[in-house]
Amino acid sequence: MAEMKYTKDHECVYVDGDVVWVGITDYAREALGDLVYVELPEIGKSLTKGDDFAVVESVKTAAEVYSPVDGDVIEANDNMPDDLELITKPLNDGGWIAKIKMSDTAQLDDLMDESAYKEYVENLD
Amino acid sequence: MSAEKNSQQSAIELTQHDMTDGNIGLHYEENLLWEKERADHPGVDLPEPQNLALRTGGKPRGDIGLPQVSEPQALRHFVRMSTWNYSIDHGFFPLGSCTMKHNPRLNEKLARLPGFAHIHPMQDESTVQGALAVMHDLQHWLAELTNLPGVCLSPAAGAHGELAGMMTIRRAHEQKGENKKRRIVLTPDSAHGTNPATATTCGYEVRNMPTKENGMLTVAAFKEALYKTDPDGADIAAMMVTNPNTCGLFEKDMVEIADLLHEAGAYFYCDGANFNALVGKVRPGDFGVDVMHINLHKTFSTPHGGGGPGSGPICCTEELAKYMPVPTVIKQGDVYKLETEGDRPETLGRLKGYHGQFGMHVRALSYMLSHGADGLQRVSEDAVLNANYILASLKDDYHAPFAHQGPCMHEALLTDKIQKENGVTTLDIAKALVEHGFHPMTVYFPIHIAGTMLIEPTETESKDSIDRFITVMKDIANGAKAGKADEFHSYPQSTPRKRLDEVKAARQPVLRWR
Amino acid sequence: MRYLPQTENSRKAMLDTCGYEEVNDLYRDVPKQAFVNGLVDLPLHKGELEVERYMGAYANENRAAVDGPFFLGAGTYYHHIPSSVDYIIQRSEFLTAYTPYQPEIAQGTLQAIFEYQTFIAQLTGQDIANASLYDGATAMTEAALMALRVTKRKKIVLGNAVHPDYKSVLDSYMWNFDGEIEIGQGQIDDQTACVIVQSPDFYGQPHKYDALRQQCDENGALLVVVVNEIVSLGILEPPEVADIVCGEAQSIGLPMSYGGPHLGFFACKEKYMRQMPGRLCGMTEDADGKRGFVLTLSTREQHIRRDKATSNICTNQGLCALAFTVHMSLLGEDGFKRLARLNHEAACRLADALEAVNGVKLENQTFFNEFVVCLPKEASSVAQALSDKGVIAGLALDNNRLLVAATEMTTDADIAAFAKVLSEVL
Repeated sequence: MAEMKYTKDHECVYVDGDVVWVGITDYAREALGDLVYVELPEIGKSLTKGDDFAVVESVKTAAEVYSPVDGDVIEANDNMPDDLELITKPLNDGGWIAKIKMSDTAQLDDLMDESAYKEYVENLD
Repeated sequence: MSAEKNSQQSAIELTQHDMTDGNIGLHYEENLLWEKERADHPGVDLPEPQNLALRTGGKPRGDIGLPQVSEPQALRHFVRMSTWNYSIDHGFFPLGSCTMKHNPRLNEKLARLPGFAHIHPMQDESTVQGALAVMHDLQHWLAELTNLPGVCLSPAAGAHGELAGMMTIRRAHEQKGENKKRRIVLTPDSAHGTNPATATTCGYEVRNMPTKENGMLTVAAFKEALYKTDPDGADIAAMMVTNPNTCGLFEKDMVEIADLLHEAGAYFYCDGANFNALVGKVRPGDFGVDVMHINLHKTFSTPHGGGGPGSGPICCTEELAKYMPVPTVIKQGDVYKLETEGDRPETLGRLKGYHGQFGMHVRALSYMLSHGADGLQRVSEDAVLNANYILASLKDDYHAPFAHQGPCMHEALLTDKIQKENGVTTLDIAKALVEHGFHPMTVYFPIHIAGTMLIEPTETESKDSIDRFITVMKDIANGAKAGKADEFHSYPQSTPRKRLDEVKAARQPVLRWR
Repeated sequence: MRYLPQTENSRKAMLDTCGYEEVNDLYRDVPKQAFVNGLVDLPLHKGELEVERYMGAYANENRAAVDGPFFLGAGTYYHHIPSSVDYIIQRSEFLTAYTPYQPEIAQGTLQAIFEYQTFIAQLTGQDIANASLYDGATAMTEAALMALRVTKRKKIVLGNAVHPDYKSVLDSYMWNFDGEIEIGQGQIDDQTACVIVQSPDFYGQPHKYDALRQQCDENGALLVVVVNEIVSLGILEPPEVADIVCGEAQSIGLPMSYGGPHLGFFACKEKYMRQMPGRLCGMTEDADGKRGFVLTLSTREQHIRRDKATSNICTNQGLCALAFTVHMSLLGEDGFKRLARLNHEAACRLADALEAVNGVKLENQTFFNEFVVCLPKEASSVAQALSDKGVIAGLALDNNRLLVAATEMTTDADIAAFAKVLSEVL
């Protein structure tokens, strides 16, 4: 099983060599409610860690998705706007929003692993 | 032949939408205009054209696909639809931050006088002195009520007024050569959504100021934001604050905050959405405001009309007045005159075609004249008293985060914290109110506190009317306590439509008939 | 005081419940310096009759279109409004309702908006329309802003003579971009976000769009068509090829009212749906599967997106859109087209009558209900002289040019009076 990482803004990250697949966590999805739209990033867009690159929308809210690392967008999940249920799937089974080629893999060390994220979420509210 | 085909088509659509069986008692279903059989004659009789040769440079337009009905059908269509709406004239409408008060019909009558309704905005000024006098009077009333002498009536709505006000500030910085370095606008987290949207439209960066447990902006939080990136606050353009704020509280450190802001060379924009709490009683120009907009459709009772037209004049200090949008009305001797770009070259320019929503100016002035200085003061007092009475009566049944601190202004803030433990949320409470014949309060706003319910009774409710609301709110709290969550989720049951599927509407948008 | 239901007894009882002595205790957080001692310096309350007299005197000082021959247009037009329109929009249920945020008790307003959106889409030949904007000038500006968002470019080309107020409003909004946005009359190139053309243009001339459409396509720019006399769409070919059609719909259902409230409309191709400014009403179902309507796609809007919203707009012109919808339903397909033809024919008769006056020349090759005439004298002094003789002649442009409009309100007697007085003053 490849490595999964998490951010404080509830992005989840699947690490595939020097490429990360980015999506949103179950916690974020439940907080948003039923999604109605996903706005994808442009291919080739250059990102600095913390830049917003996609938007997920429910009826009442729109949330930005932030880049967990510095890098360039190399692929966006074109199937997702037409099949919003994909967001409920694991990242490597269609649940990813975009793939970002990292310029500095050391930034992954700043992200949480699964148990740290679990503890982080439990301490929210 | 074509009529037969049409009626067959309509019959299919009628069944689809359950047109024949939907009427119960006084509730009537009504289909769309396009689903009705096309009438032979329209609902207006116009003279026969002479069939002169066209001088348009083209052929006449072909079939547009517009529906066609007679006058009685059209009238019934809209009257039936009207019966599906809740309105102020129906009952209590405690929608926080929206000021849903009585709309006097005198104002409607006066706006329809031919001398106001049938005059053209580009007529020579000598032929519209009465209209200019109305605008001049209204400017005077607003200046006096805010103690801000510069008034521009042109903005079309509250958000448009915000834009006009913020651009006035921007123009002032530009004229002082400071526009390039002053790029930040401070807003509290409790701000109306239009505030950050407006600041962004003006090209500013928004910096959030957290409000504390007491629901108010503190001097400490303000200072932190003011000096965050420059020790003198020299990169701050303005602060946008609603006062009373969106929690219904008067920002008590306002004068100190405004003084610090002015020392840093920035301006104070006040969102006037909550002016109903202050009118005739408190003057914003006296607590440090440089510019504010006034929602004529809130405080001065021009009707909301199901979402407009609004009107959002701005009032500002003498220093800023020259930068306001054009036109404004001035009086030279006995003659009224529109002041335009040529007369006031420092102006930021024009933000709306012509002179603003003049019909709303007539209504607002009529309302002010009716109330007078004495009546307007009473407006504020009764609006504030009514809100405090609701807060005092419901603070034991609902979580009222700020009730222990003292009085609120014209709106009372509650949350669903207690009810949520039994699975009943603010949304459920709102829908239960609908079921009991009330319009709900504003829900989930302000957004920085969970499950908010913002209740603004306004001054045009009697104690009896408010007591009925309180009784129902207590019943709802008791129902939630009794664990009737499932019943709550099914509300409303007795309205023309039950809960509507907003997810479906947004996922596959259908925005027109085809 | 007639609008205030509270009694002294109630006030006292309520203060008791709240635990305060007097109403001023409720204002304890207000700084002393801002508190009004006594009353503000304004007149005391007035009865209905007194207010009517006061305002009525002002109304009587104005020269209204009903008072005599009237030929002023220039973006605001004098049309007839059927009495049912004003009756419907004054019904409490429409007049005193709020924005339909609680759809279960606002289906009347919502269905009316849905019908309005359909009317606008059909008239403009576009896929979809929003629930209305403030006026034509702000609608055109919002169209330009949308084109900047869609294309991520920074140049706006004005393709012809748009209404001068519209241009001023566009300039003011673009000033916020600190010179980043270029507005010009120049060539369309690969930096052009949109080309804006008005038709009929400010001088009454209708335009065709095919050549512009091609130029836009070659450069990846959006084509924006502005219409400020919407009745013209009953006889002119619709701007179907445009990406955005926007403008002013005051002519249907609304009085001129010294320039507002009017009705800004905004229609576009479906692919731009999520970039549109303003409110949108959509069809859906309720819990029982019955058709109903809601405000939708609101995540574009300020109350959700805050500093990332597509526009800071909050309200539409709800009641004005309703007036339009009621008037359109009364006109229907045949009535709307006939109204357009009557307007055009009135303008044709006016053109003939004015051209017959010695020294007067018609400038337009083609027109709908408005055109420019060249006079042998300076236009503003001629217009003033006509006004003194009871004829509001039109808008004096530069030098000797006069912009005049005719509508279904224009009678043969009005036209004859205009021609007669004009020949007298020339």
